[in-house]
Amino acid sequence: MKSIHALTVAEHRDFEGARLGMWLFLITELILFTGMFLLYAMYRLKYAAAFHKASLELDVVIGTMNTLVLLTSSLTVALSIEALKRNSRKLSLWLLGATIFLALVFLVNKYFEWGAKIHHGIYPGSQELMQRNLGEVIYFNLYYAMTGLHGLHVLVGMGVLTWIFVLIARKSRKKYVVHNPHVEQLVGSEIAIVKGDKEGWRVDKIDDNVEQVEITITYEPKSGEVDLPNIIKLENAGLYWHLVDIIWIFLFPLFYLIS
Amino acid sequence: MSHHSSNEVHPIGYGIFIFVWLGLVVLTGLTVVISGIHIPKLAVLVALLVAATKSSLVVNYFMHIKYEARIFKIILFMGIVTVTVFIGLTFFDVLYR
Amino acid sequence: MASHAITEVQHLEENYLQVKSRWRGIFAWIFSTDHKRIGILYLVSSLTFFVVAATIGIFMRLEQLTMGETLMSADVYNRLFTLHGVIMIFLLIIPGIPATFGNFFLPIQIGAKDVAFPRLNLLSWWLYIIGAVLAVTTLFLPGSLPDTGWTFYVPYSVRTGSNVALAVFAAFILGFSSILTGLNFLTTIHRLRAPGMSWHRMPLFVWALYATAWIQILATPMVGITLLLIIFERVLNIGIFDPTQGGDPILFQHLFWIYSHPAVYIMVLPGFGVVSEIIPTFARRTIFGYKLIAYSSLSIALFGSLVWGHHMFVSGESDIANIIFSFLTFFIAVPTAIKVFNWTATLYKGSIALEPPMLYVLSSIFLFAIGGFTGLMQATLPIDVHVHDTYFVVGHFHYTMFGGTIWVMLAGLLYWFPKMTGRMYNKKMAYLAWPFMFIGFNVLYGAMMYMGWKGMPRRYYDHLPEFHTDHVIATVGSWLLYIGILLLLGNLVVALYKGTRAPDNPWGGATLEWQTTSPPPLENFTEEPVVKHEPYHFRKEDNG
Repeated sequence: MKSIHALTVAEHRDFEGARLGMWLFLITELILFTGMFLLYAMYRLKYAAAFHKASLELDVVIGTMNTLVLLTSSLTVALSIEALKRNSRKLSLWLLGATIFLALVFLVNKYFEWGAKIHHGIYPGSQELMQRNLGEVIYFNLYYAMTGLHGLHVLVGMGVLTWIFVLIARKSRKKYVVHNPHVEQLVGSEIAIVKGDKEGWRVDKIDDNVEQVEITITYEPKSGEVDLPNIIKLENAGLYWHLVDIIWIFLFPLFYLIS
Repeated sequence: MSHHSSNEVHPIGYGIFIFVWLGLVVLTGLTVVISGIHIPKLAVLVALLVAATKSSLVVNYFMHIKYEARIFKIILFMGIVTVTVFIGLTFFDVLYR
Repeated sequence: MASHAITEVQHLEENYLQVKSRWRGIFAWIFSTDHKRIGILYLVSSLTFFVVAATIGIFMRLEQLTMGETLMSADVYNRLFTLHGVIMIFLLIIPGIPATFGNFFLPIQIGAKDVAFPRLNLLSWWLYIIGAVLAVTTLFLPGSLPDTGWTFYVPYSVRTGSNVALAVFAAFILGFSSILTGLNFLTTIHRLRAPGMSWHRMPLFVWALYATAWIQILATPMVGITLLLIIFERVLNIGIFDPTQGGDPILFQHLFWIYSHPAVYIMVLPGFGVVSEIIPTFARRTIFGYKLIAYSSLSIALFGSLVWGHHMFVSGESDIANIIFSFLTFFIAVPTAIKVFNWTATLYKGSIALEPPMLYVLSSIFLFAIGGFTGLMQATLPIDVHVHDTYFVVGHFHYTMFGGTIWVMLAGLLYWFPKMTGRMYNKKMAYLAWPFMFIGFNVLYGAMMYMGWKGMPRRYYDHLPEFHTDHVIATVGSWLLYIGILLLLGNLVVALYKGTRAPDNPWGGATLEWQTTSPPPLENFTEEPVVKHEPYHFRKEDNG
């Protein structure tokens, strides 16, 4: 066997496809929350007065503050993507850092808000709550379930953004490992790595002593080149983060502003 | 592949994002103020309308759906229609029970 | 979407089963991102679950062979029918066709190398297996298997001592797996079609998967949140449906069926797609009404999402809602009938070859038609009040789900088995299994419908003397059916080892999967295909 065996490094990247997949995922998240909004709508129809009464107990100031915090974090993440697209990595990282910080502020606020409610004995199944009328009970149950589920999404979003922060900080590096188990077929032949059409390099002939062929290639963007792989990751994480923001845009008036 | 992947990068501009954010802040203020005024029945509608406006700003600019291919708009549309149908049809039960 | 990070091309003609990777043995399968291997993984696992759940069914029938408690107590019976339902629905019928044949053939039929997100695809299978393992784990935990039926209705599912929370969490994970498959397929169809593969040149199986994927995306999250709320209610005491906390149990049924009714189209639409593949191949002519069949899939997906309330006619749903949902339900019959009429028209003046796949497909259309017509009966309000919660319903959904989906899945298996494995099975055995299955099926579920019409309620472990003869007949039918299934699947297992080598195009099919080798090479085609005509193009010069 004297033939040349080609190991092709072919990378298929389709950023629009990646965004498409992300949007489909966002739609599933939207439907997930729809289930909760549906329940909210039906129970509100049934217990309108009780909902109004119960919502008086929520703190509009904290709610408004949190709304502004999330809106601002949405802005910073959008700006961070824009900065990375213009290859201002540092600015992008600062803005992303700000987003993560604002997410944390939101969660801390939420912690104190829930904490105060629980301190007053208002939590699902508590004696204090169970003595109230049914509409108020279901209002607070929904409040905890919906803001809890939303909070969980904030937490996940924060994690994802942090992960991407690290990726951008480390620059885009990708390691390809070509592992070839068919060594016996390669014996006596030359091996060539072909990238693109004809470019590439060759190594020496492989003899019987070779047991394994493994080639590692590390990809790194040249300086001045836009960091495409990280841009798409950040963009998709940004899309997720905006969705979290939109859910809150609806939760806020429905729970805080109906008194 | 039948579609050419558009892997180029299109910056949009910092200014427009800041502008949109200002709009969102103003709308938030507006909805809080309106909730203080007592308008029975319409209150929910107004609050939801403001929320819908805010989210359409986020979707169009922050999530750059305005600049995306048609299929993205179709996906979003399908999502919104589904939400409406699911909640709408359930009303026929709860409202008339 | 950095999918094929590295593609190692050694021998382009080497098929996907021979390709060696860094993993060996079973790991070369369970860590493979090749859509064909993942398809086989799903196939093997879902068919295994099929045999398990069918065996459970046999035991339930044995209990009904005699009156009174013989084989099992009422409690065990409750848990067994729950397990039978959960396995059949969540582990077989939902992933059955899309995740097995869809994974294997969707990329090939549109001329792609793989799906859009291969690693996500592998994750889907892992989630599927994790879900399955969790569901089985309930057996060994305090509380044991859930006894609620596969529908997990509140308030019973919140109050029962059986292990509902874990089973529900398992179903949640399975839902997630299904969503990811749908997301993957939609992106694949939109982005990875081969040159010339325009929308109206896509095989009808791809159209069916496309419609299915939309339902998976738009409806499945609904059951996700519903099941999550059961966990909230059980574990965290956040009462959402509990009447003592102001909740409304009927809203649970709304949320559950908003997903679970469209889900029956997740189950059956891909089956329709397989029928649309098999019929033109064995009638040797192009499909009649291509566009109508393609778009009827989409309209079934649409109408199927508007009718969930017909599961709640006697649950206390409002009369107006009952009437609206009943009315809308009749509409689904229209696109479904469009399909059946077009299939029939395709057969007309075709040169029909009654090969095993064709035999199973034709009988499946017959069985599904019975299921469909009895479905219309139940969509009619006054009749439903009479037959709800009887064996009539059980018979109906076995005619649709088993007769429609699983029969077609078996037909698809007979059709594509040579392509997937490179081996041909014993055709005589496949013919031999048919009468057992067909007669057994009709005796079993026909008897069920009959006694349901007379008033035999479902989900009881025992029966009154007037139903005894019917139950004995049904049980005998179940034996025949079971023998048929074992003959059919056994034949395929034997063929894996002893089957003759299959040619590339044993049936003379026209779609792209028949233009590559059996089994296909790692990247499906040795060179990227260019599509020049519609999918069902049977011309002499093309078939040699």
